[in-house]
Amino acid sequence: MLRSSRLILAHFWLAFGTFALALPLGAWQMLVRSPLHPWISDPEHYYRSVTAHGTVMGYVFPTLVAMGFGYAITEAALKRPLIGLKWAWAGWLLVAVGTITALIPVSMGAASVLYTFYLPMVGNPFYYIGVVLVVVGSWIWVALMAVNVYAWKRANRGAPVPLAMYVNVAGSLLWGWTAVGAAIELLFQILPASLGLTNTVDAGLGRVFFSWTLHAIVYFWLIPAYIAYYMIVPRAIGGRLFSDSMARLSFALFLVVAMPIGIHHLFGDPQVGAGFKFVHSIFTALVTLPTFLTVFTISASVEIAARLRGGRGTLGWLKALPWDNPMMLAVAMSFFMLGFGGAGGLINMTYQLDQSIHNTQWVTGHFHLIFAGAIVIMYFALAYDLWPHLTGRAFTDLRLIRAQLWTWSIGMITLTFPWHWVGILGMPRRMAFYDYTDPANAPLALSVVASTIGGAILVVSAALFLIVLIRGHLAAPAEPAEYRFSIAVHPPQVVPVALNGYGLWVGLMLLLTAINYGFPIANLMGRHDTSVPVVHIGAGK
Amino acid sequence: MSTDPSRTRWLTTAIAVTLGLVLLSALTGFVGLPFAERGSPFRSVWDAICSSAGLVRNRLVTDVVGPSGYTTSAVVLSADMLQKAGAESIGRGGTLAQQCTMCHGNRGLSDATIPNLAGQYVAVIYKQLQDYGRGARTSAIMSPRVASLSDQDMRDLAAYYAYLPRLPPYHPVAAGPAPLIVQHGAPMRNIPPCATCHGEVDHKVGTPWLEGESAVYLGSQLQAFASGTRHNDISEQMRNVARGMTSAEIEGAASYYASQYPPER
Repeated sequence: MLRSSRLILAHFWLAFGTFALALPLGAWQMLVRSPLHPWISDPEHYYRSVTAHGTVMGYVFPTLVAMGFGYAITEAALKRPLIGLKWAWAGWLLVAVGTITALIPVSMGAASVLYTFYLPMVGNPFYYIGVVLVVVGSWIWVALMAVNVYAWKRANRGAPVPLAMYVNVAGSLLWGWTAVGAAIELLFQILPASLGLTNTVDAGLGRVFFSWTLHAIVYFWLIPAYIAYYMIVPRAIGGRLFSDSMARLSFALFLVVAMPIGIHHLFGDPQVGAGFKFVHSIFTALVTLPTFLTVFTISASVEIAARLRGGRGTLGWLKALPWDNPMMLAVAMSFFMLGFGGAGGLINMTYQLDQSIHNTQWVTGHFHLIFAGAIVIMYFALAYDLWPHLTGRAFTDLRLIRAQLWTWSIGMITLTFPWHWVGILGMPRRMAFYDYTDPANAPLALSVVASTIGGAILVVSAALFLIVLIRGHLAAPAEPAEYRFSIAVHPPQVVPVALNGYGLWVGLMLLLTAINYGFPIANLMGRHDTSVPVVHIGAGK
Repeated sequence: MSTDPSRTRWLTTAIAVTLGLVLLSALTGFVGLPFAERGSPFRSVWDAICSSAGLVRNRLVTDVVGPSGYTTSAVVLSADMLQKAGAESIGRGGTLAQQCTMCHGNRGLSDATIPNLAGQYVAVIYKQLQDYGRGARTSAIMSPRVASLSDQDMRDLAAYYAYLPRLPPYHPVAAGPAPLIVQHGAPMRNIPPCATCHGEVDHKVGTPWLEGESAVYLGSQLQAFASGTRHNDISEQMRNVARGMTSAEIEGAASYYASQYPPER
């Protein structure tokens, strides 16, 4: 069992508990704006729900999974106790307090601004203070990851940092830097307005700061799933990791190009010049590189497992794979959704193609397919993989786990594929009501009903997930073997200094941030005619 | 450690590749693409670079796009403006309002198709007076009367009418659900529900409450917004809404509001 299992379990349960509260809200939102339900008459209730769903699913749930998984990796990969256990608990407490602080005003309807803030709308200050606390709590984790890897390197001079820890720290550093954009927006723009200290705000500048966070946050969500691809999948299905260096390079590239590309979210915004939009578009295209490297490496690793199990032929080896192994199922489904979601992403980042789907339901469908589909299914898988090492009890019923993974994939595909389609038909996003009796809207009705059914399947699947975890706590005690990660086909004896540290990659990240964001931010900050009056949400009439 | 040759190679390669990509994409985005289009408006490479960077410079085209042929509203509204009117201001307003009673009624309630003003939001009355004064809103009756009012007169009048109690109007009160246009709007025609600004769902500063107003008055104002003869709405909000409304929706919304009791304070 892992020594800090209580800490890790606390993170996972807070993550999955809030996830279980926020998920039905999403299904409800899909229902009330579908033709199956009459209009709820008060759009504010809808936006309140969207804000709660987004805040939990975007900020709280993935952050806690990354933190808990990061602590598990630190202990299991470095094979020594976590340094800073008390600080880790303090970080957890901050996230927990922040979550409650943020969700109280949201549930009272005092901050229905959606989780992406949308200046010049401004809600109750406690909402933003809560989000800041969540971010600060996660920064403690970022610092602890760096401290732990630094201490290990000092004690093991010249030795390659264990791969799992190397990639984990890369993810934490990415988050540390990318959260800065939203933090600047919150501390210097939104909170002063929310507290009544200012009554105008530069909404365009706020959106630029938020885009700094908004795209790379997706990669931060993705990193635990990618770590699971590299560090758990090959081991769990009885194979070996194809290449250690390829893994290191993929995460190093994420560190460099995941962040300075966020302006592709602002293609429709007039406050950023077209030249910068183009540069961000090109760098967004580059971020496909580490994903292609990953898909190649993991497919090769899976093939190695299949051939070790006696698989033959060009594609015949696929039959030899352990398809009843939950990890095998999860990675296959995750890749399926990643393929479609990634292709959709390429459309979003292409300036001209984006014009046809910008601000439509396509975008919402896209980020659900990538995050809630490809990524979250790997969160489930890594929780299943870690659970026996946290509880000291083994899962006995793999059928339930398989059913959970299947229902999640089927539900997510039923939800998101029609969701993309209605976006192509022109259905706008961020609206609470659609009149399907209008001939212009009637063609959307069937697809939205399909999505609603998908949402309902996901609620069932999430319930199964919680049942599996709870039963994991109640099973008979069984001391698990030591928790270990995948081993590369050629375990590294030495790795290039660049792939054993972060200096070069963090340096490039900062350099690209300065080049790609410096001028647009300075340009807007230097102008005095770009502010607009604040719109208070939920204020007295 | 610094003697490791592979370290230097990684460093220089990574930086060179990154900067090379930056340069290539910047050249394409800032210089190549602006001139790729036929009839490019840029006079020089520097022009194209500045425009692509998002710098606001003197316009190449000198025509300013904007409304022509009429004056627009110049009133800036905020949620807390004019909220603390003193007794003196209300009293002065009451005296000034003696000139208005012929049409707007002794206590701000009209028995004809003239707007009721009793208990209307202070910012609303002030804005309309300002707009009449500036010529952003015109009326054969109102314009000459407002012309002689000072800014303080307008503030006092607004304070007085806002202070008056909201009384039930002279129109028959009918029960029944609100029409779709009031409650839901028409999202696909980009029409938000009336109730999101005029009360019930939410209220926006500068927007009047409409309950108990004459249906004839409300209908004619919507028609005036739709045709553009009334144009003192901020950012064309009401003109855009009214243009998309059908005659039946205009009639339905007008008679619904006319038949309602005033909202409580």
